[in-house]
Amino acid sequence: MSTLQGAGVHGAASWRITRILSLRWIVWGAAAIFFLNLLGVIAVVIANSFATHWFGSWLPAGWTLKYYAQSWQNYQLSGILVVTLQVAFAAVIVSLLIGTPAAYALARRNFPGKRLMMLAFLLPIMVPPITYGIPLATLLYKLHLGGTLTGVVIANLVPPVPFVILVMTPFIEQIDPRIEAAARMCGAKTWQVFLRVLAPLLVPGLLAAALLVLIQTVALFELTFLVSGPGSQTLVVALYYAVFASGIRPAQAISAMAVIYMLTTLVVLVVTLRYVRPTQMVGTVR
Amino acid sequence: MTLSETPVASEAIAGPERRSLRHRLADRGVDRLLLLSLPASLFVLVFFIYPSIYGVVLSFRPLKPVGAFGNYTHFFGDPFLRGSIVNTFRIALPAAIFNVLAAIPLAVVMRGAVKGQRIINTILVIPISLGTVLVADGLLNYLGPNGWFNRVLMAAGLIGHPLQLLHNQWGVMLSLVITGFPFAFLLTLSYISGIDPKMESAAATLGAGPWRQFWHVTLPLLVPGLAITFCLSFVLAFSVFPSATMLGNPNGDSHVLAVAAANTAFQQYDFPMASTISVIAAAIELLVIGAVLGLRSRFYAGTTTGKG
Amino acid sequence: MNDRFSQLRLEGVSRAYGSTVALANMNLTVGNGEFVALLGPSGCGKTTALNCLAGLLPLTSGTITMDDRRIDLLPPERRGFGMVFQNYALFPHLSVYRNVAFGLQMRKVRRAEVRRRVSATLELVQLADHAGKRPGQLSGGQQQRVAIARAVVVEPQLVLMDEPLSNLDAKLRRDMRVELRRLHRELGLTTIYVTHDQEEALSLVDRLVVLRDGQIQQVGSPEEVYRRPANAFVAGFMGYRNMLPMTATPAEAAGGELRLSGLGLSLTGLGHVQGPVIAAIRPDDIDLGERDGNCIEGVVEEAQFEGREYELLVRTAAETVLHVRTHRHTTLGERVRLGIARDRIMVYPAGPDESPEQDSAEPLPVQAP
Repeated sequence: MSTLQGAGVHGAASWRITRILSLRWIVWGAAAIFFLNLLGVIAVVIANSFATHWFGSWLPAGWTLKYYAQSWQNYQLSGILVVTLQVAFAAVIVSLLIGTPAAYALARRNFPGKRLMMLAFLLPIMVPPITYGIPLATLLYKLHLGGTLTGVVIANLVPPVPFVILVMTPFIEQIDPRIEAAARMCGAKTWQVFLRVLAPLLVPGLLAAALLVLIQTVALFELTFLVSGPGSQTLVVALYYAVFASGIRPAQAISAMAVIYMLTTLVVLVVTLRYVRPTQMVGTVR
Repeated sequence: MTLSETPVASEAIAGPERRSLRHRLADRGVDRLLLLSLPASLFVLVFFIYPSIYGVVLSFRPLKPVGAFGNYTHFFGDPFLRGSIVNTFRIALPAAIFNVLAAIPLAVVMRGAVKGQRIINTILVIPISLGTVLVADGLLNYLGPNGWFNRVLMAAGLIGHPLQLLHNQWGVMLSLVITGFPFAFLLTLSYISGIDPKMESAAATLGAGPWRQFWHVTLPLLVPGLAITFCLSFVLAFSVFPSATMLGNPNGDSHVLAVAAANTAFQQYDFPMASTISVIAAAIELLVIGAVLGLRSRFYAGTTTGKG
Repeated sequence: MNDRFSQLRLEGVSRAYGSTVALANMNLTVGNGEFVALLGPSGCGKTTALNCLAGLLPLTSGTITMDDRRIDLLPPERRGFGMVFQNYALFPHLSVYRNVAFGLQMRKVRRAEVRRRVSATLELVQLADHAGKRPGQLSGGQQQRVAIARAVVVEPQLVLMDEPLSNLDAKLRRDMRVELRRLHRELGLTTIYVTHDQEEALSLVDRLVVLRDGQIQQVGSPEEVYRRPANAFVAGFMGYRNMLPMTATPAEAAGGELRLSGLGLSLTGLGHVQGPVIAAIRPDDIDLGERDGNCIEGVVEEAQFEGREYELLVRTAAETVLHVRTHRHTTLGERVRLGIARDRIMVYPAGPDESPEQDSAEPLPVQAP
């Protein structure tokens, strides 16, 4: 830079400095650091799962797939995956089946005690599972459901049922009740109103609710951890036990299992994000 | 004007008194349609409310004959158990405050149609969906003395020795940031997107610069949403469990309430005592939520669309 | 459904919500093919009455019969009526064609027949080109016509219309009025029409039912209700904007002549009432210049040009403000003499709650949904 340009360059430079130091860029910088670390956390698991041997270096010494096979066999992942899917789909179907009618009643009626009922439905979502999980597990063990698949499904329904109600109630509220009245005036019976008018209009909401329940159930750790037994563990719980008992099996096998868990979640996530905005995934609780 | 307001033929046969009672109930919104909420209500009653009450009752029935309050006196008398409250607060409070405070500027910058907003939101949803167990597992490798985090810092010459980030409160807190920050951010973003930008334009026409627009218009309207965001973030951090056992020192400074409860239940099989710890944790959570929401009610908490 | 009834009869129909009575003891008989309007300000019970007829609201008491068949206990889907809703309530997920076909499908009409009747009805409402569109792709006026087509395609015994034009703009509303009259003429369907707009009601229907606080105030032809309102409320609602509290004394002359005095005025009217009264006068019944010996002097305080006419506010010596409509141009501050034909002064006994109502009886602005 020649000195001839003097003042002009100086002015531009100082302008650039304030711009670089402006809040916007600090925020973006901080966000970038967060993203890099997040990426690192995920990448390290993936890299480790393919490593032949990795200690004290930037990258593993060599690459292999053998720990996937080992992990699949040693942890009996096929069985665990089946349980996970069974629990997740049971949670989705049952929570939609009993949550949606309740949401309809709440959306269409004002009755004494409605606020109390809403509170009762809000609490299981607001209160973290570990807080009520132990008494719930105690109860399920007393009912001889502890450790069984049924018990795990019941525990995994406690957050989704109110969640579906919370998602579906505003969704039903915005469907004009006069549309239902119009269908009746056209001669539709109750079941025809539900099937031919309400159901098609509710499909987007039901889909969003189903996917959100699915993704939450796959990741729901605490309740399954407290209620499940050897034959009824889901993938997260199995992963937790594997990490906890590390040393027994090679770390790469654990990482391989973590990658399989990640893939399961990401498949559901990708499908979910086609129908649901990311902010909706946390924004249902207000 | 909905499904079950239809009069039924049987009412014609029923006496006038019965009909009028049904009619009076229907006026208050009580009719057959409410039966639709019965399955869900029963489920929540049996598997959430009843266990919660059962847990409270159980906490007053210690295994040993030490009186109804025996479990509570034991908890507060034992420095190790009592200390779990302090441990939990020392991890959860900084994590929750950091997550909410860091979420605000990013949400402000991302508000409106920033290019790539959807991509960023999508990336941020990933740690939430992966859950704490996987994040903790990743951090176990990532934060270790030979992990990438320490390696990068050493290569950059910022530190001479690897930082000790595992098996203490640092690891637990970092895992809470990885999963908790995106949560706080997405929540804050949904609140800030609900504020009509025309209101800032209105402030601008009245002579307010960007800072004063934010300080006098946006922030006051955002406060109620931030209160909720803080409550949820705090509760999430306060109930930290898998990352405390995996990344922290569950027998030392990471002996949080959830760990204490789980250990009591599944290692000592003392369910009444475990319930006691759960009840104490729930009480503290409700206390903090109540305090924050109490403060929130002193702020404006109505519509944010500018239509009044 | 060509089993046309000859008489629809509402007897003692009441509907209460808790302790508030929305509709009290309504008696009304509607003949086949009639076009009847339920008219009144918001909250007068007209929509309640319509919903009771439709079966969407159960009655608190009373009966509704069609000839000798009692229908008030039937659910809406078994009454076989058609209904047009204020916001149209079209099925947003179905095409125009399938919206209109819905009622026929519910009645299990054969497919070919459905196709024929839907096409014919869409032709009738001039929407044949839009059959494949969804309601969201149509303009307000088109949606309105779909709603009408959906209601009339089943050839119902009775068509119910709940303020069907209130969501349309002024010009479209006038066009649709013509359209509705034409439809009624061509199809001959008995129609009950709810509105708060007296002009709309006057121009559309054969018979008006004016309601207030759940009570029928007057039933009559548009001309009757317009020219001879039954009471001060109906007068106020029908545009008698000058409601003057005065005192009536019978005049010496025969023929029911009345002397009206008060507010510094002295007028001659017709009627058989005595004592405190309300004299109701339409702005356009007041002429400039003396009429029938009635003469009021005043000063023009406000003059609004409204196309064909001027709307004047004239203040009398005793500070009474009169609404006047006239063709003549006047200037502000001009002294004028006003006259009123004596048979155009409606004289009603002054009731405790009749007099100050004239403002609230003005049609309320339509609220956007």
